Amino acid sequence: MKFQPSSARRLNTVCLAMMAAALLALFFVDFQVYPVDPWQELARIGWGLLTPGWADLPSLLNALLQTVAFALLAITVAAPLGLLLALVFDWRPVRLLCASVRSVHELFWGLIFMQLYGISPLTGLLAIMVPFTGVFAKVFAEIFHQQSQQPAQTIASSVGLVKRFSYTLIPQSWPALLSYTRYRFECALRSSAILGFIGLPTLGFHLETAFKQGQYSEAGALLWAFLLLIASIRFWLRRWLIVPYIVAAIWMLPDTVGFQGGGSLWQFVSRDIWPSVLLDGDWEGFRNWLVMMFDSQIWPGLWQTLLLTQVAVVLTGLLVLVAYPMATQVLAGSIMRWPGRFVLLVLRCTPEMVLAYVLLLLLGPSGLPVVFALALHNGGLIAFLVANASDVEYRNRVRRPDDPTGVAFYAYVETPRRFPAMLAFLFYRWEVILRESAIMGILGVATLGFYIDSAFEEIRYERAFLLIIVTAVLNMLVDGVSRRLRSKI
Amino acid sequence: MPIIRFWCVLLLWVPLLVRADAFVFTAIPDQDESHLQQRFGKVADYLAKELGVEVQYIPVKSYAAAITAFRNNQVQLAWFGGLSGVQARRLVPGSEALAQGYEDQFFKSYFIAHKSAALQPSAALPSELKGMTFTFGSKGSTSGRLMPEFYLREHFKAAPEAVFSRVGFSGDHSRTIAQVQAGAYQVGAVNYSVWDSELAAGKIDLSKVQVIWTTPTYPDYQWTVRGDVDQHFGNGFKSKVREALLNMKDPDLLASFPRQSFVPASNADYAPIEATAKAIGLLDE
Repeated sequence: MKFQPSSARRLNTVCLAMMAAALLALFFVDFQVYPVDPWQELARIGWGLLTPGWADLPSLLNALLQTVAFALLAITVAAPLGLLLALVFDWRPVRLLCASVRSVHELFWGLIFMQLYGISPLTGLLAIMVPFTGVFAKVFAEIFHQQSQQPAQTIASSVGLVKRFSYTLIPQSWPALLSYTRYRFECALRSSAILGFIGLPTLGFHLETAFKQGQYSEAGALLWAFLLLIASIRFWLRRWLIVPYIVAAIWMLPDTVGFQGGGSLWQFVSRDIWPSVLLDGDWEGFRNWLVMMFDSQIWPGLWQTLLLTQVAVVLTGLLVLVAYPMATQVLAGSIMRWPGRFVLLVLRCTPEMVLAYVLLLLLGPSGLPVVFALALHNGGLIAFLVANASDVEYRNRVRRPDDPTGVAFYAYVETPRRFPAMLAFLFYRWEVILRESAIMGILGVATLGFYIDSAFEEIRYERAFLLIIVTAVLNMLVDGVSRRLRSKI
Repeated sequence: MPIIRFWCVLLLWVPLLVRADAFVFTAIPDQDESHLQQRFGKVADYLAKELGVEVQYIPVKSYAAAITAFRNNQVQLAWFGGLSGVQARRLVPGSEALAQGYEDQFFKSYFIAHKSAALQPSAALPSELKGMTFTFGSKGSTSGRLMPEFYLREHFKAAPEAVFSRVGFSGDHSRTIAQVQAGAYQVGAVNYSVWDSELAAGKIDLSKVQVIWTTPTYPDYQWTVRGDVDQHFGNGFKSKVREALLNMKDPDLLASFPRQSFVPASNADYAPIEATAKAIGLLDE
């Protein structure tokens, strides 16, 4: 066994670099606070959350079941596909493909698949499945990477890739694969809910309406229902129930109304996503179009996006460090961790859009609510994952009599143990933050996602396509950088 | 095993893709989006009775999704806003505006301001707006975005981003009102009919937010039908649809839109909207 030098120094360098970049970003980012007068509206929201009400219980139940059905089916397909892609993840084109499908928000995938399949269950499923396959491929490949490679090396070199994985790496990492898939299911529930915004009959369909119309009691009921759904996953998601659930989910899917098939795929691929000047062979015009896009949208959007994500990622990290101990058995205690866990549950289940809205009311429109909304949501999520990992270890840890207690234990034992995984999550959230900034248009902050959203609203797919390519390239770069940084950790 | 499951799921989707032969419509509601299925289900029943074919409604909540469904021929009839109607008809040659709400002949937007902006109602767009924070409604909305932006550009000879210190898109008229009322944005542009109904419902505190300017009138929401419906549903189907819409007198049905009645409309009625959209760069030439 080779002597491993301490990783602490490299870890510190990475963290300091991240923080320095964030501090630098603070000079440029637009954090103006406006005087506001939000209490009347906030009181209404608070009252709505305290007095949830839903007149028509069957429709709420139906929305819940639809949310589960879409999420379950999407995961059923995406996880095995992701596993297959993970086998060949060392191949660069696969990595790039996965990074690019991940960089597009589910809502935009929804609009893209609508060109092919209309407003149909298939559109909704694909909108979740495609980006999730990219995520599964990446994370599964990382899990494989962390395994000991020795068993695989004992197999004859003539044995094919699939066999090699099936007999060594997959069984070795099976618990990790399963636990990640389970966690991803929770993410799929969130995506499925959000897709209600474009017409799927899931929770988001009603939530967006209730929230838009200021019917906060109804919004409260939906948020609570969603919270309960997520919190109770482990009670209703049992291994032996999965197959019956899948059958039920297929049966649950809504009918496709009036779609005549065909769609406008060819039109979309051959015309819509290309600027008309290019199709006419007008190269001069195409150059002008590119310059116009670069000056008016790509460059400012890229700049805003980079600034905000950098600050948001570091803030998320700080939040995780503060929040995770309150939800762990080892630091908060078996009982006192429950309030902490509840807060984290609320943070990660509340859609960013809702958080952003509340923060907008409090702080006025600027980058500030964007950063806080992203940090609260993602911080809640990562802190939950970190706390879970800590609790799992708590059960089978050998405690030493000279273990420190309290703050010293937090600072010198628990946090160092959690830190590498936490950083890995943070690097992954970078791209999530990049994607989510798309729906922050209410805050008047023009990120790349803001322009993509505008392009879709204006039915200018050629612009959306160019901006998505830019976002995808950015995502690939960030992915490459974070791969490199993590290999150093 | 996962692979087998994958194919099972794929195969089980096939029946869902089988075509249905109903006449389908959708509607972009600009206020009170709740219980859409229930309310527009009644409209579907009415149309089915008048037209003698099966009529279905699909709920769609974003302008972009509605336009895509119309273009794909998933819906043959849609209640669009002024701008979304123009966009849809450009994408589907031969499609036609059939009818508009009575109110849509002279629609207008209100500019509303929080008291901290210290703006008074005036007959002309006040130049003091410069440098304030401002929110539109949805990006694709005629009354919440297109027309307000047009008048802003006309007055200030500059894009909104250059006029205001910040420009947001609240996504919805009710949100615009709530955000300006809470002072999150100082000024906003809103559909007059949403403002009037929220005012009547007591949701607006006039000591905090008030109307400071009203735009000139313009044509807005309309029913648009695809050009090929006669081929699919028989000759004269389009005119039957128009008749059915114009004859919709039941206040309960009209309340879904909400309009007092429907009157005839044509594509030409929306030429000013198209010209405006081109002028501010929302549509290409």
